[in-house]
Amino acid sequence: MAHAADAAHADHHDHLPSFWRRWFYSTNHKDIGTLYLIFGFTAGIVGGLLSIGMRLELQEPGLQFFSNPQAFNVFVTGHGLIMVFFMVMPTLIGGFGNWFIPIMIGAPDMAFPRMNNISFWLTVSAFALMLCSLFVEGAPGSLGFGGGWTVYPPLSTAGHPGPALDFGILALHLAGAASILGAINFITTILNMRAPGMTLHKMPLFAWAMLVTAFLLLLSLPVLAGAITMLLTDRNFGTTFFDPSGGGDPVLYQHLFWFFGHPEVYIMILPAFGIVSHIISTFSRKPIFGYLGMAYAMVAIGVVGFIVWAHHMYTVGLSLQTQAYFVFATMVIAVPTGVKIFSWIATMWGGSIRFTAAMQWAVGFVFLFTVGGVTGVVLANAPVDRYMHDTYYVVAHFHYVLSLGAVFVIFAAMYYWFPKITGYVMPEWIGKLHFWVAFIGSNVLFFPMHFLGLSGMPRRYADYPDAFAGWNYVSSIGAYIFFAGLFIFIFGVIYSFVRKEKAAGNPWGEGATTLEWTLSSPPPFHQFETLPRVVDTGH
Amino acid sequence: MRIENERRSVTALSTAAVALVLGISEAWAGVGQPSPWETGMQEMVTELAHGVSNFHTYLVWLITGICLFVLALLLVVVARFNEKKNPVPSKTTHHTLLEVAWTIIPVLILVAIAIPSFRLLRQQLVPPQADLVVKVTGYSWYWGYEYPADQNGGFKFDSNMITEAKDRKPDQPRLLGVDNAMVVPVGKTVLVQVTSADVIHSFAVPSFAVKIDAIPGRLNEYWFKADREGVYYGQCSELCGNGHPYMPIEIRVVSEQQYAAWLTEAKKRYASTEGSAPLKLATAQ
Repeated sequence: MAHAADAAHADHHDHLPSFWRRWFYSTNHKDIGTLYLIFGFTAGIVGGLLSIGMRLELQEPGLQFFSNPQAFNVFVTGHGLIMVFFMVMPTLIGGFGNWFIPIMIGAPDMAFPRMNNISFWLTVSAFALMLCSLFVEGAPGSLGFGGGWTVYPPLSTAGHPGPALDFGILALHLAGAASILGAINFITTILNMRAPGMTLHKMPLFAWAMLVTAFLLLLSLPVLAGAITMLLTDRNFGTTFFDPSGGGDPVLYQHLFWFFGHPEVYIMILPAFGIVSHIISTFSRKPIFGYLGMAYAMVAIGVVGFIVWAHHMYTVGLSLQTQAYFVFATMVIAVPTGVKIFSWIATMWGGSIRFTAAMQWAVGFVFLFTVGGVTGVVLANAPVDRYMHDTYYVVAHFHYVLSLGAVFVIFAAMYYWFPKITGYVMPEWIGKLHFWVAFIGSNVLFFPMHFLGLSGMPRRYADYPDAFAGWNYVSSIGAYIFFAGLFIFIFGVIYSFVRKEKAAGNPWGEGATTLEWTLSSPPPFHQFETLPRVVDTGH
Repeated sequence: MRIENERRSVTALSTAAVALVLGISEAWAGVGQPSPWETGMQEMVTELAHGVSNFHTYLVWLITGICLFVLALLLVVVARFNEKKNPVPSKTTHHTLLEVAWTIIPVLILVAIAIPSFRLLRQQLVPPQADLVVKVTGYSWYWGYEYPADQNGGFKFDSNMITEAKDRKPDQPRLLGVDNAMVVPVGKTVLVQVTSADVIHSFAVPSFAVKIDAIPGRLNEYWFKADREGVYYGQCSELCGNGHPYMPIEIRVVSEQQYAAWLTEAKKRYASTEGSAPLKLATAQ
């Protein structure tokens, strides 16, 4: 797999390419991972600022900051798309995936290093197009696309004649192409480049998570690409796939979108599942409990995730039988998810746990993901979903699983792998302080949204009846607390780089058993010139 | 006003968690519209909606139990298995019985959810014989209501949100009150046929547990039978553009006599617009 150029490099691996070559033409999985982490964090700040704009507006009834609801809707849409495609996915998959998948499976690099490079730069280009979309006309007389991240027609066709959504569609195409290339790269790497002795059933759970995620990406993104291409031709070339006046149907788009959209939510959370397993195992000083059950639970979630899409569509007028099927199929997902929750707890049970910053974030994740998971079971039931659909209850649910799920794990992973990535130690109190601020902030932010939803407040409303004022006020306060926590993280990173306390190869002790901890911190520019031999780890 | 709100928020916050668990907030909710600091569903006014609300209360019990169980386990872990209390970790990584248990027990819980869920779903989607059909059309950004001629209607009218405070009746909240409400008789099965003239909207009335999308090119239907008279509000529940927050639904449920009187008056008032094709379903009665 290593071609001639790599072999030449390997002879003198202390020699680093020049700054431009290293960071702009990069083919090194660790450098690309770092680029993805920086990119994801930057995009996360942009997406976060958009949400702060939303919370400022919603803090009180009436319109204070936005001249009209359309401008607010543009913020809602931008927040959703940026957080999904340019924050969570690049950070978890592009960032931590690139950094640690090759190392964890004992490989020198990804299978296709140059394709890895193009994946990253396509993602950056996609983000640039997405930002452009905010500044060109969408709906008549206003800037940007305000039809939600789901981009339902006819609002996304007849409702937004300006070019904003065309930019948006092309952004999604590029981001999608980047992800498909990335998925091919991960699948090839994981299936072909594991170190001698590392069978699939000995592979670390993060690698399992990424393998399943990569398959989900590979199978679901082309469907999104098809749907948004049809949208593009409906908008620009006179086709009527989704226009009833030409024999089309807007609901067709929703089926296509959610066939992608539901696997997409697992694409965002499965890598997090993998990472949490390692953190919990490391700091409990115990191997993961029920390893095979954990791995196959992720496979099951991935497979079942493809056949539950219409639970996002209970109010479009599906037949009784169809709704009953989707209720049933959706609830099935709770079983493998439950297996994971209980296996994490069983891993900690009997352990000798060190509550480091990373471990606090991971334990926080287990509880908050449970809260988000059980409201998912409520929403799976079409009869109650008919009340909850498109209310703040749904917003609360998916932020519990994504913002308090995926984002908590992103920070857990940041604090866990920070010494490995940078070679510097970050003082534990920084991550712990950040955890408590974020834990309080995010719960104050999102828990009241359950009440708002039950009380009937619809989503994507710039202004609301006065009765909703109370909980909205509380929620906004929580948003500011949560956002303030980010500054603690930024401070921690800068402080650690200034302080320059060198990290050991394995700062976490005997519990850290995956291969990245056998290398120096940071790892050499090229690792594993002699492939490691994996012995039975006793799973 | 703000100070008063904040004082109320303290008591509300402390009771909120309890109320959510017990599902008791229904008792202090305003009827037909949201109430401040509400922590549960709006008060339900149809038999079917009561079914939804009871089912939800049942689910809240279950999910609260599950969350507390997980929380308890985590607290035990934190208390007993930290490195001070338990310096030597066990190496247990398998326990077949336990793994089977945490697969089977959730399955049983899900079955216990699915049975009432499917029953309720059937009640929702197999409507009884309709006494009255109203065709509802979503526009950007208002609703249109049409009462078919063969049930003493034959007129249609538009329903716009009242924007000026001075135009609102005392009982009409901001962003909810409309100029021309939809009027239906109490205790009658009303079938709404919902479509849209432009983008997708969604016809939603929380206190009836009604939500059905208005989609161009499709005619969706849903039903309700209000138990008691009153004014019930809802809001468009599918993002439809700039006016999305400004196209509320107001339904006035009145006695049979008042309804007959309203029909007579409405026929005169909305005479300028003629009803379109008669709806076959209505003739079934």
